[in-house]
Amino acid sequence: MKVLSYDPELCVGCHICEEVCSDTWFKVTDAEKSSIRIYDDEGGALSAVFCNQCGACVGVCPTGALYRDRKDIVRVQKKLCVGCLSCVGFCPYLAMFYHRDQTVPFKCIACGQCVEECPAEALAIVDQ
Amino acid sequence: MSDKTQTVRRVLAEYTYEAPPVERGYAGQTLYVNLSNNTINSQPVTDVMKEKFIGGRGFGLWLLWHGVKDNTRWNDPENEIVISSGPCGGITQYPGSGKSLVVSISPLTNVVIDSNVGGHFGPLLKFAGWDAIEVQGRAEKDVIVVIDGPSGRVTIEEAPDVPVDTHLLGHWLLEQMAEKEEERYFMSSVSAGPGAEHTRIGCLNFSLYDRKRKALRFKQAGRGGIGTVFRDKHIKALVVKSSPVQGDSNHPADGARIARVGAKMHKEIHDYDDQQCRMRHRGTAYLVQIMDDYDLLPVHNFRFGSHPDAPRINGDVWEKRFTQGLPDGCWYGCTLGCAHTVEGYTIRTGPYKGQQVLVDGPEYETIAGVGSNCGIFVPDDVLEINFYCDAYGIDTISFGTLTAFLMECYEAGVLDREKTGGLELRFGNGAAAIELLHLMGRGEGFGKIAGLGIHRMKEYFVKAFGAAPRFLQDIGMEAKGLEYSEYVSKESLAQQGGYGLTNKGPQHDEAWLIFMDQVSNLLPTFEAKAEALHYFPMWRTWFGLCGFCKLPWNDIVPPDNAKTAEPAKVPEHVQNYVELFSGVTGREITKEDIIAMSEAVYNFQRVFNVRLGYGRRDHDDIPYRSMGPVTVEEYESRAERYDKQLRETLGLDPAKMSTPDKVAALRQHREEQYEKLKDAVYKRRGWTNDAVPTLETLKRLGIDFPEVVAVVKRYL
Repeated sequence: MKVLSYDPELCVGCHICEEVCSDTWFKVTDAEKSSIRIYDDEGGALSAVFCNQCGACVGVCPTGALYRDRKDIVRVQKKLCVGCLSCVGFCPYLAMFYHRDQTVPFKCIACGQCVEECPAEALAIVDQ
Repeated sequence: MSDKTQTVRRVLAEYTYEAPPVERGYAGQTLYVNLSNNTINSQPVTDVMKEKFIGGRGFGLWLLWHGVKDNTRWNDPENEIVISSGPCGGITQYPGSGKSLVVSISPLTNVVIDSNVGGHFGPLLKFAGWDAIEVQGRAEKDVIVVIDGPSGRVTIEEAPDVPVDTHLLGHWLLEQMAEKEEERYFMSSVSAGPGAEHTRIGCLNFSLYDRKRKALRFKQAGRGGIGTVFRDKHIKALVVKSSPVQGDSNHPADGARIARVGAKMHKEIHDYDDQQCRMRHRGTAYLVQIMDDYDLLPVHNFRFGSHPDAPRINGDVWEKRFTQGLPDGCWYGCTLGCAHTVEGYTIRTGPYKGQQVLVDGPEYETIAGVGSNCGIFVPDDVLEINFYCDAYGIDTISFGTLTAFLMECYEAGVLDREKTGGLELRFGNGAAAIELLHLMGRGEGFGKIAGLGIHRMKEYFVKAFGAAPRFLQDIGMEAKGLEYSEYVSKESLAQQGGYGLTNKGPQHDEAWLIFMDQVSNLLPTFEAKAEALHYFPMWRTWFGLCGFCKLPWNDIVPPDNAKTAEPAKVPEHVQNYVELFSGVTGREITKEDIIAMSEAVYNFQRVFNVRLGYGRRDHDDIPYRSMGPVTVEEYESRAERYDKQLRETLGLDPAKMSTPDKVAALRQHREEQYEKLKDAVYKRRGWTNDAVPTLETLKRLGIDFPEVVAVVKRYL
């Protein structure tokens, strides 16, 4: 399975990945609509939150809206989702996101767009 | 639809409508169905209804009040069954937000019963365009009422070939009315069963389609015999279909606010449930061991509070039997997920012997009621009874409590094999309890007598068998005609009030104060107990006005809850509910408003009882078994505890007293205490000493409607 990976040593905290992600999937530049979030702690250390495709959310979903596709990527089938946000609360990595503009949550599906645009080469798509 | 459908379904009445959009939690109309004259119509939801009665149980009471007369009894055609969820019912983001409340005049108590239930019916009813359904009248022959939101059609139909047993009927409805898998997601039914027809303890089964198991499941509105009213009206089923549920189907005023609180709560459950109650793994069965440890688990008709065999039916056992790892909420988004099932259970008796079935539950009340209280510590016996109670439409709580009563009667010589028609109803005899249930299902033999409920059995045993009335009164665990739910209240005066000083009868959903009172000693005075018996019944009433389940309030708590000023109230969760109600309805409320909302509805219900000829001080009496030891054996089993009370509280010397004298002295004291509790509670609630709400109270709560005042004035 191919998943996104992140190297905090290389990351410069420019947040371009967040912009690229929200622009790709929501056609807006809004970090709150990004499926990757870069965090800067008080000591200056950078970290990233995004889905590693562990699938814990699939078992929690009451409707079967969360599923693994042919490439084992965990995806949300919007038609089946009732917006309960169980997956948001039960993601061990806090990598399932929601936004006031829609009822359906969203997550990284390792599309790789952010990798393309990352100026520091801190992101990559890797085999897991 | 198939040819088969057309041959067995005959439409008696049809009503067409266009489902209105739900706005801020309300569809804005209620559905009225009269089965005597086959009329169907729509009634508007008024501002008074929303302002004062909120929804759910409040709507039920308001509609029922206007539908019945002062002398209406349960089996009069004008009695109604009203089902309503509430403005917050059907939100998917917060655990426990899909409850329905059912209201009717009860065949057990002759007053209003309210029973809360999970399953999908209430929310789907709203999304099909109706805040409540109000069914009145009695059909000539068995009917099914179908509410088809997407088609905008309500029908009353005859379906004579359809089975009555809930699990068969539910599947038949699903196959006939939801051909495609996706249609099953948004369809739900309400049904009872043959046991509801033959007894007064009938329950209603509310279905939900479990998408992960691809199976139909049922939750029960168990209390007070509403299933009996349902079958008396010749209803086989109510069916609702709605358009697909979405995260904003309630069109809340502020969806983001609800999402924020909901996501936070899911995370809290994710982080702490495993360390706290393990509801996600064992549901309410976790309570069995705790109750046993604290001497609160009913054993042998509430004589005792623990038993060495309790570990054979405790949460550890059920965790192994329940399927693990599935989202077992009874409505979407309930991550507390207590609605577990035992799959692949092979039935051992009765008409379905040999079949493999899915058993919904058992939950704590069932395990304690038909298990420990009857001395039955065999999980498969509990499952067998659980399955057949649901299939026959019988309340497991009333069944458990009345069977325990019968077993004590049998062992005390009030009953024998001849009187029971051959049933050896001794404690621990699971086979006899199961056979009794089948007799109830068929309406035969001793099953017909047992199905009357404890209140009426007491009278019958006195008349028919010459039994001693006082003994039966002492050990028969019913009040107002309703069988007790499954907690031993002997050592908690506050909980005696929690059971007795109620509107509907001894069901702990009004107040569960045992730990606060008995274990933590937080309610040392009558005033403190009275305050708790004001606050908690009002707080708990509110869940049933809105469509919420009580369990996510305090069966999971934030990790720092113990450090708050009032841990028993779970302040952080109270604030969650403030946010949710405000977020859905757009009506900004405070936590104090919650209590005020409930107080209006609760007092209205009290006046309703008064109107029907009940609801006064004497009707709040409780059997002595719920207050203290009735028998010498019972006293001696906890002699150290009781002797200590005689010494320290009453200044007596137990060493110089016989056990019967000690039983009598303790009894006199405890009965006096209960009367003093009544005085304190009535005063706190703003009632007269005869338990009737005063005019000032009605005015303060804004429910001084002329017809309400007229009822109260007769007793002032």
